[in-house]
Amino acid sequence: MAQNGVLLELRNIRQVYGHGPRAILAVEGISLTVHRGEFVALLGPSGCGKSTLLRIIAGLNVPTEGEVLYRGRPLRGVNPYATIVFQTFALFPWLTVLENVEVALQARGVPLPERRKRALALLDQVGLDGFEDAYPRELSGGMRQKVGFARAMAVEPELLCLDEPFSALDVLSADALRGELVELWTGGQIPTQAIILVTHNIEEAVFLADRIVVMETRPGRIAAEVVVGLPHPRQRKGEEFLATVDRVYAAVAGQTQPPAVELGTAPGEPGRTRALPPASVSALSGLIEHLDEEPANREDLYRLADDLRMEIDELLPVVEAGELLGFLRVDQGDVSLTPLGETFAEASILARKEIFASRARRIPLIRWLLKGLQATPEGRVPRRVFQDVLEWEFTPEEAKMQMDQAIAWGRYGELFGYDDDRDMLYLEANGSGSAT
Amino acid sequence: MVRARRRFAPFLPPGPLFDVGDLVALIALAGALYLGVQVAMGTPAIVPGPEIRRDAWALSLYALFSLGRMLAAYLLSLTFSLLYARAAARRSLAGQILIPLLDVLQSVPILSFLPVVLLSLAAFLPSGVAAELAAIVLIFTSQAWNLTFSFYQSLQTIPGELDEAARTFRLSPWLRFRRLELPFAAPGLIWNTIMSWAGGWFFLIAAESYTVGGRDFRLLGLGTFLQEAAQAGDVQALLLGVGVLVGLIVLLDQLVWRPLLAWGERFQLEMVESQEPATSWFYNLLQRSRLLAGLQRRVFRPFLEWLDMRFSRPSRGVPEGGLPLLRRVAGYAMGGILAGGLLYGAIWAGGWLVSLPMTTWGEIALGILATLLRVTVAIGLSLLWTVPLGILIGTRPRLAALLQPVVQILASIPATALFPIFLLLLLRLPAGLQLASLLLLMTGSQWYLLFNVIAGASAIPQDLEFSTQLLGVRGWRRWRLLLLPGIFPYLVTGLITAGGGAWNASVVAEYVVFGGQKQSVTGLGALISLATEGGDYPLLLAATLTMIVTVVLLNRLFWRRLYRRAEEQYRMD
Repeated sequence: MAQNGVLLELRNIRQVYGHGPRAILAVEGISLTVHRGEFVALLGPSGCGKSTLLRIIAGLNVPTEGEVLYRGRPLRGVNPYATIVFQTFALFPWLTVLENVEVALQARGVPLPERRKRALALLDQVGLDGFEDAYPRELSGGMRQKVGFARAMAVEPELLCLDEPFSALDVLSADALRGELVELWTGGQIPTQAIILVTHNIEEAVFLADRIVVMETRPGRIAAEVVVGLPHPRQRKGEEFLATVDRVYAAVAGQTQPPAVELGTAPGEPGRTRALPPASVSALSGLIEHLDEEPANREDLYRLADDLRMEIDELLPVVEAGELLGFLRVDQGDVSLTPLGETFAEASILARKEIFASRARRIPLIRWLLKGLQATPEGRVPRRVFQDVLEWEFTPEEAKMQMDQAIAWGRYGELFGYDDDRDMLYLEANGSGSAT
Repeated sequence: MVRARRRFAPFLPPGPLFDVGDLVALIALAGALYLGVQVAMGTPAIVPGPEIRRDAWALSLYALFSLGRMLAAYLLSLTFSLLYARAAARRSLAGQILIPLLDVLQSVPILSFLPVVLLSLAAFLPSGVAAELAAIVLIFTSQAWNLTFSFYQSLQTIPGELDEAARTFRLSPWLRFRRLELPFAAPGLIWNTIMSWAGGWFFLIAAESYTVGGRDFRLLGLGTFLQEAAQAGDVQALLLGVGVLVGLIVLLDQLVWRPLLAWGERFQLEMVESQEPATSWFYNLLQRSRLLAGLQRRVFRPFLEWLDMRFSRPSRGVPEGGLPLLRRVAGYAMGGILAGGLLYGAIWAGGWLVSLPMTTWGEIALGILATLLRVTVAIGLSLLWTVPLGILIGTRPRLAALLQPVVQILASIPATALFPIFLLLLLRLPAGLQLASLLLLMTGSQWYLLFNVIAGASAIPQDLEFSTQLLGVRGWRRWRLLLLPGIFPYLVTGLITAGGGAWNASVVAEYVVFGGQKQSVTGLGALISLATEGGDYPLLLAATLTMIVTVVLLNRLFWRRLYRRAEEQYRMD
């Protein structure tokens, strides 16, 4: 693919949600150029703002600051040259497969006979002939996404935006569809000039893209760029392929910050509060037990995800929780147990709770909750009080999730209890939540 | 059956107990009432009523008339709700006013507005036409709100990715409406249409047989037929009338609502095949009809295609500035005139309220308590039998599948149609009207309760049922542990619907003219009826506003909290 001419340019994009002191920074300082003929992947964990960025590119969201230039002109409104293939397919369930494709053409004023002809040809191209009159609910996930692709192709987009299009599919369908996408793209059968793929799957990014933009989270920023110089079709087991995966992996894992920053500060204090990762205690225990059985209590993160049949995206928060509590250590893409983690793995149910509690007390957010509870004579504080403070630093949903997470950990460690009926946190010494 | 609740949720918007929007709404209502009364002063004092026959031939004709009124009112309601909800869904000033306004409107005792609407129309229209229009307006006000809420809520909950798809593919407003908004809202709209019709019958019967003093505004219809038959003690005609009404409702159910529900299955959002889709023999028959298929191919589809092409051309740059500005100014001017008129009326209405003596306010306060007690007792009595029976039926899936449609039909039979029969039977007993009005309120509410309890009981997961059995939990403890919490959210939904209906029905239940005799019991509804009858408009205004405020406060203080709690803590899914 010849790299001729800039198609899309993002200049210093910043997206803020909400207003005033509660505003949340979603992405910041994003500058990116996409040339004609390029296949770019935006890679990052969930919450890094990659989907937000894609919506800004498609013109569905207007950035708070910064400029989107398309074909050298500032973008206003929905980008007429771009289209999106959605993670959840976004097919109209009440329309047949054929009607779903046709509606995209109808919106452009294409009359019925022409519309029908083109829609049928597209469905034929993606291998869905015979399913024209089926409703989406009758199809498998892979077939639904084929309809999604056919619908996107129907408007002959210059820029194709893919929002994790394979992540809701089973492994086999996803593989097949990726292969077909490469065929369409490299075969020049489609008028599309550039593709932007949002994904959290490293292998997928290396398999498809020419250039991988690695993003970090809170706030979403570009952390690194990796150019994939491999010819299509790419062999997943090939040495060069695996080497590239390792390179991207290093770029992703290279974001681990020094310990002082890691714990963060308590809510209300200056500095950023470290968000609790969304990990359940049982998942963490499971991970620690699994590692305990590995030789040298250590394994490659990438392989670990494979062993546990988890997406890397689901695994990372659990690993992060282990790190935060001092049970795990991550370096060079390997996870290993700390001596404390080994002790935890061998401990009894009650001893585990004690170890967990002693470590959880060190986390500023939990310490802050405990202090707040101890400051009241009854040791009881409505959840709302804490959550309101958290909302200064987090969005309301995030604040709620943080409270849920803190409560789950606090309950497990028996640090404090929670009365769901009255939405009340209380110190364990004060007995159960019954009214006194 | 589980779907019943999802499709029909009471509209209890979050917000403070009382805010400026409510005040504006109340002022507007008072103003409208005052202006209406001023116009109504011009009505002739004597209006001769039509002659009402009691033979079968007349009855079938009357049934058709009644059906026609219902249809006209429904079409009006549907159009209104689609337009109103779309306007309210916009994040503009209008949107912020329209929703609180609707919340107040749904609490208006519809029947207390009827006389004003009727008399003001009769001032400048022939009385027959005025009565027809008033009946249609009355039915409209009983049908429109829940349809509007349903569509509004659908618009607010369109899944993000479908909205984004519609925007990315740049669907024109028309295509967006036809391909996204309307289909997505369809299950809710269909369900609420059925509810609206059930409620509409209730008010149709009341509106048809309306007389104020020497003015006879009765319309030829089922309601007047039943009333006339009861007044004359003509049991044969009475039975015939009720039979035709029930027949009509069953026919509508089989030939219209069931097919509509079956057709509406395709608009369910779930991406899996639904477990127990609604079915209809008539719908299956229609689908096989060649005539209909041909009609669809030759007429219906080309027409829609024409509409689509007509309205979906990509816009060619509307001139910015000029036209919209003019339109905006015109809009503001119209709004200003309307607001000014209402404010003028409201100020005079305020004068009325101030002029009312304290003793009248005392009567109103007593009336609230009496009606509140009556409504509570009626609902309490209904609960006593519907909860046990509903659970018995609901926990037996085959029985539930068999009986639920029957209950649904029973719920559609308007209590007002049976009221003359209650009167005929009970009025001679001591405290006869007390009994009859209680019975009327019960008839209006119990079927909703039963319907919801059955739905709730059949939605209790089997595995919970099994584990309580395995644990050996029986008798009352099983009820406490499993059954009552299980039906709770459904029960609350049913209670909200039933309660709202009961307040409305109190206007007809507490005061009757039967066989030339006037009788009333203490209550706010009776006060409203008496004020209408005597032309005491300040009292009518005061009693009506009081009822609105009471119902709004009850909703917000009590039902809203209970509903939230039910949804948060007792949901099984």
